[in-house]
Amino acid sequence: MANTAENDKTVGTTRVKRGMAEQLKNGVIMDVVTPEQAKIAEDAGAVAVMALERVPADIRKQGGVARMSDPDMIDGIVSSVSIPVMAKARIGHFVEAQVLQSLGVDFIDESEVLTPADEAHHIDKWAFTVPFVCGATNIGEALRRIAEGAAMIRSKGEAGTGNVVEATRHMRSIRGEIKRLGTLDEAELFGAAKEMRAPYDVVKEVAELGKLPVPLFSAGGVATPADAALMRQLGAESVFVGSGIFKSGDPAKRADAIVQATLHYDDPSVIAKVSRGLGEAMVGINLDDLEDSQRYAGRGW
Amino acid sequence: MSMPAPPVIGVLALQGDTEEHLRVLRGIGATAVPVTDPGQLDQVDGLVLPGGESTTMGKLAARYGLLEPMRKRIRAGMPAYGTCAGMILLADRIIDGAQGQETVGGIDMTVRRNAFGRQTESFEGAVDIEGLEGGPVDAVFIRAPWVESTGPDVRVLGQTGEGGAAGRIVAVRQGSLLATSFHPELTGDARIHRLFVDIVKGTA
Repeated sequence: MANTAENDKTVGTTRVKRGMAEQLKNGVIMDVVTPEQAKIAEDAGAVAVMALERVPADIRKQGGVARMSDPDMIDGIVSSVSIPVMAKARIGHFVEAQVLQSLGVDFIDESEVLTPADEAHHIDKWAFTVPFVCGATNIGEALRRIAEGAAMIRSKGEAGTGNVVEATRHMRSIRGEIKRLGTLDEAELFGAAKEMRAPYDVVKEVAELGKLPVPLFSAGGVATPADAALMRQLGAESVFVGSGIFKSGDPAKRADAIVQATLHYDDPSVIAKVSRGLGEAMVGINLDDLEDSQRYAGRGW
Repeated sequence: MSMPAPPVIGVLALQGDTEEHLRVLRGIGATAVPVTDPGQLDQVDGLVLPGGESTTMGKLAARYGLLEPMRKRIRAGMPAYGTCAGMILLADRIIDGAQGQETVGGIDMTVRRNAFGRQTESFEGAVDIEGLEGGPVDAVFIRAPWVESTGPDVRVLGQTGEGGAAGRIVAVRQGSLLATSFHPELTGDARIHRLFVDIVKGTA
């Protein structure tokens, strides 16, 4: 379905997909489970919403297999807002992705928050017209996803915990490795590609650009305006906020505050101002208390 | 006689692909700076309104006190160029906006938001631009708007070619205000940015 030309028009090109990701930069993408929440997110200045049945915090609490959302639920959100709508498919579940594309979502998140459907392969994202975002914990993972056709990379973090420590680790790791690639000579780049299990041409491109060839966003555990600004200062071009907004005391106010902190991430006085009187943040989970089977960041290959 | 100082081009930096515009402008030798507050707006000779989410940019512009100053500067003749969401912001009237969505305005046109459809219908294709030498531009349309109708002072510079949604107005100019539905900042073709810099210099 990708690259179908209709006379002189071509849909689903790399430029159209990555270009869509560029439009979302310097913004906040918010998880929503109802049309009402989607409206609150749009009113607060979200650049896009992620439509899902349960936010990660509830997936953790309720357990079981987490899958693509009900198409009725996604349709309800698509028709309630005018900003872009994203939705999640399970890792490797290309049929869920086909369904989401047919529903007209604007971006698909091949997400470790849902239960993986394939333990060896991710979706061949080149085969789709719709762009994909994928999570990564390190540069090798990021480059493998880009080689598979991802138009955006985000840190995985540890979704649904309200704890930003894993997202910090992933952002530092990815950015650090990008810097290191810039210092390598040709022979060393071949070695790096092998080490990273990523195609040489993508590795070389990153070494030359000094950045990923697609936007790098952050996700996983962001709960406060300061968390969002931290991710921005660590090099994230935009921020995904999952459970952090609608699991808090005053979602509309917190959403608005996180949007402002994302824009003025380098101005502590703005972050201080918007952090006042936000009500209760989501409770959060210490990662030491989390069993290995409950760690989502390890999902993906 | 001293040479006039080169103009400073601002790029609205509230949300969206600001960086891409700055890169293209700097690549053609222009002095380009991000604009997030009214003080910075005062320092620029022309303003680019980038691609992104028009509702988000409009809200943040209102919140940080930029909406009125932008309107005032544009009324006073400051050149401006809007791409995609930026085109929506420069429109006097919009269709299919979010509830209560405000624009900066300036160009006497009605723009239909997300007119070409959702992201799966986003496309690239060749568009001829009036007065631009070197053949059609390779235009990238992303959830793009089109111009539904224009007032008498608006010159139509480009329309979509053959195929579905042919003949839609996607590039316009009214005096020193320029707008395109598509994103030249994403393709490496700097001709439209050059045209805008020439408008700011007063030579086009």
